[in-house]
Amino acid sequence: MAETTTELKNALEVRNLNFYYGNFRGLKDVTMNIAERKVTAFIGPSGCGKSTLLRTLNRMYSLYPGQRAEGEINFYGKNILDKSQDLNLLRARIGMVFQKPTPFPMTIYDNIAFGVRLYDNLNKSDMDERVEWALTKSALWDEVKDKLGQNGLSLSGGQQQRLCIARSVAVKPSVLLLDEPTSALDPISTGKVEELVHELKKDYTIAIVTHNMQQAARCSDFTAYMYLGELVEFGSTEQIFFKPKRTETEDYITGRFG
Amino acid sequence: MSEKHISSQFDTELNSISTNVLEMGGLVEAQLHQAIYALVHMDQAAADQVMDNEKKINQMELRIDHEIISTIGRRQPTARDLRFLMAISRTTQNLERAGDEIERMARMVKSIIKGGSPRNLPTSELRVAADLAAALLRKTLDSFARLDTAMAVTIIKEDDEIDDEYNGFLRKLITYMMEDPRTISPSLDLLFLAKSIERVGDHAKNIAEQIIFIVKGEDIRHTPLDKVESVIK
Repeated sequence: MAETTTELKNALEVRNLNFYYGNFRGLKDVTMNIAERKVTAFIGPSGCGKSTLLRTLNRMYSLYPGQRAEGEINFYGKNILDKSQDLNLLRARIGMVFQKPTPFPMTIYDNIAFGVRLYDNLNKSDMDERVEWALTKSALWDEVKDKLGQNGLSLSGGQQQRLCIARSVAVKPSVLLLDEPTSALDPISTGKVEELVHELKKDYTIAIVTHNMQQAARCSDFTAYMYLGELVEFGSTEQIFFKPKRTETEDYITGRFG
Repeated sequence: MSEKHISSQFDTELNSISTNVLEMGGLVEAQLHQAIYALVHMDQAAADQVMDNEKKINQMELRIDHEIISTIGRRQPTARDLRFLMAISRTTQNLERAGDEIERMARMVKSIIKGGSPRNLPTSELRVAADLAAALLRKTLDSFARLDTAMAVTIIKEDDEIDDEYNGFLRKLITYMMEDPRTISPSLDLLFLAKSIERVGDHAKNIAEQIIFIVKGEDIRHTPLDKVESVIK
């Protein structure tokens, strides 16, 4: 029933990862693989470390003093926790989308082109093509193709979130990190984003943090259950939701936690 | 279900479903005893009563099905809650079919009474098989109420005994029919009766398999008995 990560190629290999907010240990010895071109979901109660783990995967935490990670995160063989890691390059390869849509206060077109300009020097027609490609990938093109000059903030919440996904996709990353991407969206927009996740995994490796367990069940291939900074159980989504091995996991996903 | 959900309403719904299944099971069990009584005493009134009560079992199946669908729709159950509801759905289906078999038994009893002079036929063995089936059904409901997998395994084993009784009885009936063609018609009634008893045992066994599914998460349907015990360890 369960397919295991070992048969798949891994995009990211997390090894004995510990994370500290000052003296507080937010992640405890986490070891897991994130399979290439699969969706890996992180679930667990607030404060369990799932967002922290996601933020280590593209070293988003490096923006904050006093936060540090120990251990290894191998991204196609290279340890990204290494001091020599170029962070801008890393974040172009491992993109991130946040809980609240965060479009830049600029046109829809420029929202996409802005990031691309940082990494690529494209002429007008190539850039037009890239913008269309990213918006098409993010299932937004048909809705915005006639108003690319409008401000990104004029879009609905669900459209803004897909715009942010398009922005991440535009720089052609290999991994997308989604931190509760639909918690601020209505069910229809949520459905569209979930459908998008399903489409995107053909080309990208996706890690998603969600409070919505049904969302993890619906759109992920693998699920990690975390609690108090520890990875309690990690397995195929089918196994986790049908027959979890650990009682703690079962209590959480069946709503017995507390 | 042991520990409580955060939502007590969810617990209430699951408990209500459990209680209704046990009530339905109790009804089927009572029907079987009544049918056995009708068979042993060739009692027309008892057989009629069995046929009347059958509708109640059908109604219970519909009611429990409705509860299951409503709970799945509203709660999106996972893990053992999901397994529990799936298993309940299959359990009520088996109970309802057991109910149908028991109704058929009552119908056969009536047919034998109508045909006259059943006394020279070997009904006592049928009684043994019917009592075995009733005991098995009782045990199934007990093990369901306690989610007792060890007991469930013994039920699966004991169903084989009923199957053996049935096969022995079948051979005996064939002998009777060959010796005296006048016994063919009542023998066929008895054969159908025996078949129904054997089927009740099968349904009990199917329910026992669902108990293991709930607790262990292993689907042991169509698994040979010698492998079942290793699967659930």
